[in-house]
This record gives sequence, C-alpha cells and structure tokens, in this order.
Amino acid sequence: MIRTATRLISMAALLGVTWSCAEPPAATPSTAPPLRWGGDAEGGAPFVEADPANPASVRGFDVEIATMLAKGLGREPQFVQVAWASIEQSLARGDFAIGMSGLEDRPALRERFAVSLPYYEFREVLAVRAADSARVHTLADLRGRRVATLGATMAWDMLLAAKRSHGVLPVSYDDDVHPYTDLVSGRVDAVLLDHVLAERSLRRIGGFVIQPVPLARGHYVAVLAAGDSALRDSVNNTLRARMRDGSLERVFRSWNVWDAQQAEYQQQVLRDSMPRSDAAAAAAAATSPRTPISIATYLPALLRAAVVTLVLSVLAMALAIAIGVGVAAGRVYGSRPMRLLLAAYVELIRGTPVLLQLFVLYYGLSDVVRLPAFAAAVIGLGLNYAAYESEIYRAALEAIPTLQLEAARTLGLSEFQILRLVRGPQALRLALAPMTNDFVALLKDSSLVSVITVVELTKQTAIYATNVGSWAIPGALCAIVYLAMSLPLSRMAGRLEQRWKLS
Amino acid sequence: MSDDITRPASGGTLRVRALHAVRGEQTILRGLDLDVGAGEVCAVMGVSGAGKTTVLRVVAALQPFSSGTVEIGGVALAPGALPPESKLRALRRRVGVVFQSHALFEHLTALENVMLAPIHALGQSRDDAAATATRLLESLGVSARANAYPHQLSGGEAQRVAIARALAPDPQLLLMDEPTSALDPARRAALGEAVRTLAAQGRGLLLVTHDAEFARSYADRVVVLSQGTIAEQGAAARVLR
Repeated sequence: MIRTATRLISMAALLGVTWSCAEPPAATPSTAPPLRWGGDAEGGAPFVEADPANPASVRGFDVEIATMLAKGLGREPQFVQVAWASIEQSLARGDFAIGMSGLEDRPALRERFAVSLPYYEFREVLAVRAADSARVHTLADLRGRRVATLGATMAWDMLLAAKRSHGVLPVSYDDDVHPYTDLVSGRVDAVLLDHVLAERSLRRIGGFVIQPVPLARGHYVAVLAAGDSALRDSVNNTLRARMRDGSLERVFRSWNVWDAQQAEYQQQVLRDSMPRSDAAAAAAAATSPRTPISIATYLPALLRAAVVTLVLSVLAMALAIAIGVGVAAGRVYGSRPMRLLLAAYVELIRGTPVLLQLFVLYYGLSDVVRLPAFAAAVIGLGLNYAAYESEIYRAALEAIPTLQLEAARTLGLSEFQILRLVRGPQALRLALAPMTNDFVALLKDSSLVSVITVVELTKQTAIYATNVGSWAIPGALCAIVYLAMSLPLSRMAGRLEQRWKLS
Repeated sequence: MSDDITRPASGGTLRVRALHAVRGEQTILRGLDLDVGAGEVCAVMGVSGAGKTTVLRVVAALQPFSSGTVEIGGVALAPGALPPESKLRALRRRVGVVFQSHALFEHLTALENVMLAPIHALGQSRDDAAATATRLLESLGVSARANAYPHQLSGGEAQRVAIARALAPDPQLLLMDEPTSALDPARRAALGEAVRTLAAQGRGLLLVTHDAEFARSYADRVVVLSQGTIAEQGAAARVLR
C-alpha cells in the first residue's frame, strides 16, 4: 500500500517514466518484449523505493516479485513509475501489463481487472497514542473521534462503515506517513492501516502503539488487464512455484515482513483447490462494506463535497482579496522597504507550488501552530491567491489616469480618501474580469487541499471513481457540479461588468 | 443661468511673484509675476509651450516650483517639493480647478461627483451636500442630468458638471484649463455668462485658453506668456484688439 506524499512525482507517470529494477533477472537472452509493470516508488520500502545506491533503479519486495514474474515469463522486467492512486487507471489504458505496489485485493478491483493470486496477507491494525492504548481496541471505542487512513482503501471502507455504525469520524489522507504524524501530534485519535505500513511508521516515527488484535485481514495482489487471463494464469503459476520453493519467503524475510501468519497463509494457498483469490474476494466483501454503485447513492456525498469546495473557495477568495488589496496598496503607496518586502512575498508565493505551501502550512509548521485542516486550506489558498490578486489590483490601481487623482486632490480629499472613493472603485471595475477568472481557478485549485485531508469535490469524486471502477460517470458528475458553481459566477460577473460599463 | 452659483468670496485672491519652475533640465517659468483679484477674470494666453498650463498647475499645487512666491487668499505655497495633502487643506479650500478634459469620476453620477468634496473634504451631511450640489447643477443648467454618468453627458454638460464640482467647496479662486475646447458656439456663450456671473459674485477666475474671442468677450484682463515670462498684459480689449 503505497501512496504519493505529493503529486509532484505523479507527473513522472504522465511522462511515462520507466526505471530499471535493482535486481535484474538472470541473464536469459530473449527477444520477448520487456514485462512492463507499474508501481509507485514514492511509497517507499518495503514495497517499492528508489535504490539508495542507485536512485535510477528501484528495489523492494514488489520489485523482487515483479522480477520473479518476469523471469517466469522469460522476459525482462521494466518498471513504470505511476502514482499509487492512478495505478488502476494507468493499467486500464495500457501503460503497463501488471500493476503491483501493495495493491489490496478488493471486490471492486476484481470487477474490473484480472487479479493475481494474493501473494501476501496483511492485517488491518489500529494505531493509537500510548495514553489511549488501554481504552481503544476497536472502532466501536472511537465514537466521535477522528480516525485516519488512506482514501479508497479497504481501511477507508471500514471507516465509512464504522461512521454509520459507531459514529467515528473518518479522515482521508493521500499518503501513509502523515496519518501517523498527525496521530502523534493529536490531530487524529487513531489510524487504521495495514500492519506493514503501521510497523514501518512505528519504526520511523514512534510515539504510538499498534493494537495487537487485527480488525480485518486483506491481501496484496498483482493486477492485470481484464482480458489478460492467460498472463494472469502464468503469473499465478509463477507465484505458486515461488511459494513452493521458498523464494517468496526469502524475499519477504529480506524485507522483514515475514511472520508465522505468512507461512500459514502460503500453506493454505498451496493446499486450496479453490483459487485463493476468490476466497480473498469473498472475505474482502464480508469485511469491507460495499457501497451500492449508483448515482443516487453518491450524489448526496458529491453535493456535500461541493458545498465544502464552495465554502472553502469563497472564504479563501475573501481572504485573498483582503490581503491582496492590502499588498497592492502597500506596493503602490508604501515606503521603499515595505514595497520590497511585499514584492518579496509576491515573488515567493508565485515562485513556489501551492501544493508545497499547503504542506508547509499544515505539516511543516505543525510544531509551531497546529491548524485544523480546513483552516489551513483556507489560509493556504488565501495566501497563495492573495499574491496573484495583489498584482491584479496593483495593475488596476496604476491604470487609473493621473488626471483623476489630481482632480480628486484639488477637491481636498486625502490620499486615503482618494484610494477609497476614487481610485479603488475605478480599479475594482478594471480588476473584476481577472478576479472572476481567479475565483473560477480557485474553485478548481481547491481540489489540491485533499493532500491535507480535506475531502472536497474532486477528492470525493476520486473515491467514488475508485469504488465504481470508472471515471466516466463520477467525472461527468463532478464536471457538472463544478460548472454549476462556476458558470453562474461567470455570468454574474459578466452582468456586473456590463452594468458598470454602462454606468 | 441664475445668480446663486456662488456666495461671494472675500479678500484678495492670487498673488504670484518671481515664479520659476523647471521640468527636468528645462526652465518653464522665468520670474513670472501675476495677480488675480476678487471678482476679476484673468485669461492667460500664449503659444503652446509658453508655460500657461504650468502656471495653472503650480497655483493648484499639482506641480512644484523652484523659486518665487505663490499666495492664494493669504495661504502661501513654498518652493520645492510639494507638501503632503494634509498640509494643503487650506489651499484646497480656496482653489477650485476645472480641467480641460473635465476629469469627472466615471463611476459616480453627476450629482455624486459634485457631492464628493462637501461630504468627504468638508464634512457636510449627505443631505446638505445634495442640496448644495443640486443648487449648483441647477445654476449651471444641468440639474436634469444629475443622475447621468459622465460618459452619458455631452461635452458641454460634462464641462458644467465639472465647474459645479469645482465650486462645491466654495473656492475663492477658480482655475480653468482650456474651458471652451469642447464647446460649440452656443455653449461657449453660456459658459462665458457663467464665468461673468462667478466673477460678479466675488470670485477670482484664472483661465488658460487659446480662445482669443472668448478671452476678449469675457476676460477683464489678458496675460500673454512667451517662453515663461509675460510678453504682454492688460485689459482684454486692448491686448486682443
């Protein structure tokens, strides 16, 4: 289960970045095309990570399993970097033949893809702060408390079910590190994730306790295109063979994820006549409450998320306008040091990605100020857009003819009165069109705040799309809702602009 | 045009002595002496570049001058950089300016343009300011256009609204830059009558104009500038005969 900590590396996936594997297969000269497999190196060990000795290649137990599978097919493995959340979509469009990166065996996955024999059994475990360890053992103990996990996972489905049954408050993250840092810092009260990730975070971060009794079990699988059953069968044969000869165990041992449970699980897989993956699907279906896949089911959630997007955007824009006006006025009327300071602010904000700013504000400064996610989103977007707004207002202020200002001075108005009564109102009219553009852009940029756990429209759509296995309907619904918010705004601004032009 | 455009202003109006002004390396005014008394209409004429508009801008404290003295109704301007607006309130109270291109505020109606200074510079109530503005617009024959925005006004209407706006703070001295440039002959005559009425009620008027016919008809005195100094001055009828 590997997730991107930022979307920056995801860009590499769009460019079709391919990496070599750290451990190449045995030299078997072959004319067969390489076996392209997709995974996310940003998730890190033990799944897939950039090899510290050679960052151009990757290593991890998924890398080694992919190499085994390629060997079994007499082909060379070729790694394709893709954001974890996009592995399924990328596979569906044919970017690679096999997706592997701690992918969970879920019924929704099986509906859309050919899925390999589950090759690893994980446990969904609850992590809590030490002070809560005696009191919190299950989700039922967390009524009204914030419980974090990765979105669109089995754990997320469990939390949604627990929200209905026990009143827990699920909090979705885009990566598997910050749920634990936020647990330690008190932003959330528990984390539900698989034991591999939980134990990795315990080693790296510490400061919390993993409850020993798992809440569910699940499996990692390789995922293939739906019609690729021949390749899947070959993959399954290779996996069984590597279980029998102990190579798979050696791989897991080398990455410290082997335990007695895995031995038992592999024996069970090798004994079973029924394909283990079907059993896993049944188990997953039992443990993970499937949400009915229909527009009517998801629409209320999308509309609620749209309200979050709208409120967030309106508040952020209000903040951006207020700060932008101040910055613009300071740059036009202020002293030289003030102008330099404000120019530095504008350049700093415009010269760095808003995603980075959100991360710094929410996570980077959490030792100094621990902002709630929504407030951090409003402030982060507001400060970012303020820089752009200030440039619009500055240009608009400077576009007011000098003669208008001189006429106002001859009437005995102070400079502040001139700004408030003459220059500002006229500048506002000039700024209206670009402001409207910016607000529409902000509506869309608000989707970035999902990286700091705010579930807004795009995030909710992504969750919906993952569940139904397609972006077609969720994407169309999402687009309609965005348009329903932005078009009236554009029309209103157009009318206002027209009225001001007439007046 | 009715007679209640103004209340009579009091005292001597404008006194300029040995005025020098420069723009960059170029000397624009070279030791200019100029007086405008209460109730007097003085037209400043001359070819382009003679320094006419500079005189007007210096007196309006929109442009600094390098040496000399400028006094308006007992308020003196010092040579050098322009003081901040907070130090110019007394002068602003005494001098009104009508710009060549009227410079009305495009986002305000004619009435709102005229009300702006009484409310925000003089602290009048909104009702009082509206009454003053309405009276001024009526006096200048544009009250029917009170709710029109500047771009909806003709050149003559805009000019008269600009005059009303300049008169709203009740200045002793009214400066007008090329007041007839946008007017047809009928409107020129109406403006001339307004100018005479204002002067008759005690204000000093300093007009910068190229329009010799207008100056001859309505100015008491004409000052002809050439290269920043006075080339000729005297009664309009004599100088422009």
